[in-house]
Amino acid sequence: MIELAIVSGKGGTGKTTVSASFSVLAKNKIIADCDVDAPDLHLLLKPKVNIKKDFFGMKKAYINKDSCIECGVCIDVCRFDAISPDYAVDTALCEGCEVCFTQCPVKVIEMRENKAGEYFVSETPYGKMVHGILGVGEENSGKLVAIIRNVARYYAQKEKVDYIIVDGPPGIGCPVNSTLSGLKYAVGVTEPTESGLSDLERLMELFHHFKIKPFIIINKSDLNPEMSEKIKRKSIEEGAIFLGEIPFDPVVVESLKMGKPVVIYEKDSKAKKIITELWKKIEDYLSRKV
Amino acid sequence: MKITVTSGKGGTGKTLISTSLALSLSKKYPTTYIDLDVEEPNGYIFIKPNIQKKEPITLPFPKVDYDKCNFCGVCQEVCAYNAIAVLSFNNEVKIFPELCKSCGNCVLNCPEKAMFEVPREIGTLTYGKRENLKFFEGKLNISEVTTTSAIRIVKKKSLEDIRNGEILIYDSPPGASCPMVEASKGGDYIILITEPTPFGLFDLKIAVGVVKGLNKKFGVIINKEMEGFDELYEYLKKENIKVLLKIPFERRIAESYSKGKTLSEIGKEWEDIFLNLYNQILEEVND
Repeated sequence: MIELAIVSGKGGTGKTTVSASFSVLAKNKIIADCDVDAPDLHLLLKPKVNIKKDFFGMKKAYINKDSCIECGVCIDVCRFDAISPDYAVDTALCEGCEVCFTQCPVKVIEMRENKAGEYFVSETPYGKMVHGILGVGEENSGKLVAIIRNVARYYAQKEKVDYIIVDGPPGIGCPVNSTLSGLKYAVGVTEPTESGLSDLERLMELFHHFKIKPFIIINKSDLNPEMSEKIKRKSIEEGAIFLGEIPFDPVVVESLKMGKPVVIYEKDSKAKKIITELWKKIEDYLSRKV
Repeated sequence: MKITVTSGKGGTGKTLISTSLALSLSKKYPTTYIDLDVEEPNGYIFIKPNIQKKEPITLPFPKVDYDKCNFCGVCQEVCAYNAIAVLSFNNEVKIFPELCKSCGNCVLNCPEKAMFEVPREIGTLTYGKRENLKFFEGKLNISEVTTTSAIRIVKKKSLEDIRNGEILIYDSPPGASCPMVEASKGGDYIILITEPTPFGLFDLKIAVGVVKGLNKKFGVIINKEMEGFDELYEYLKKENIKVLLKIPFERRIAESYSKGKTLSEIGKEWEDIFLNLYNQILEEVND
């Protein structure tokens, strides 16, 4: 079984468009959406939720104002600026470190359970999907990502699938680290812009850190052919497998607006043909390795 | 005046718009652009600043004074992040930097006063300038997960020696979790960028939830505007959300963007558009 994450560094390069299509094309798979901040894969795959679970993040501090002597110790020791001058805890900023809880001289602070999101096991027309959503302004997206990956792996083993297709979050921080840790392969989707290149370079460093073999795709490649060439050269130099380019095709935006993966939207679209070829290349490569 | 430019969905045009806004305003007002997208800072591509100095962004990291430590295990017990392992059989206290949030709880609770803190580098803060525009950039080191702390530190630095009447433009990371909240908290006004697609709308709704929760005044810029997705406009109308500006979906803009050009470099008229935009915001904030 191969777990394959689709990530990008830069947002909006087409991760979800590619993930949705790969989720359709891969034959025997579990699908996972690890972008728990702004999950979008469900908009294309239309999952029917079968199991719904609460996700608890770090506990949050709560100050019992009736017994508080307003000494200011908690405000001083909190390094996350989460306690206001009138002794209210901003739960969006509280990181649950418990320093106020241990230092309060009159012990009027308690740590309360905090529902920070939800996760789901669903059925889609293309297979089982594990996904989740973080509550508004919550932290600990990395922990929710780890749970989603664990649940996806549980079903992958149970159902003896060949692939877990993971739609990853943008950036290179906490949730991305959590998405990539322990993986052997990942797909990096980029675009031929200065920003795309800059972010890809940082993403490549992260791939090296995790010892991941990346496949690179340039989306909207005809926007700036020179830049596409530069990115292609760069990825090969850095030891990535350059998978190919997806030129801009209006059908991609259309299919998105209709809420469908592009590979099932129109029978003979250019984008469908290319993405199908890209997936075939991944399958061929991996079948030679396994 | 502090304005945060942010979005739920990535790649909607935060950096293009915040750099274009900052450069346009700097022609008339003392302005600072602050790149808070510390995981992927790209503002430098568009601003092209002269770099004046760089300094490390650090967080305090606990260390153990082994002359005093008796391996009692309190530090491990109080650490909410499981970042400390006391291996008494080995006379060792292991502290994992990738889990430590630098909260200081272990140091304050150590009964033997055997813990102290040393600065640990998590990223780089860059200071620069382009004509009248001041430039700040926070950049997180690879494989670091302390995004929110880095944003907090860069934000604080950006507030040191500001000029009279300074406008600060914060370029935020995308999403709806703590890094985006931390960046949004810095603004007196929030500009949310979206695009007319189901993804853009779904993620906008999440971002609106964050901004409303923070009790901030805000408006929306629709980027890559095109026909064929009315749900976005229906939502904005129903929620009575102000549309500040629409930027058309044009190949010319996308191509210039790919080369690191701001909107005001594409057409001079954008300078006036952004000055007007600022006046609109100013009115609303003072209202």
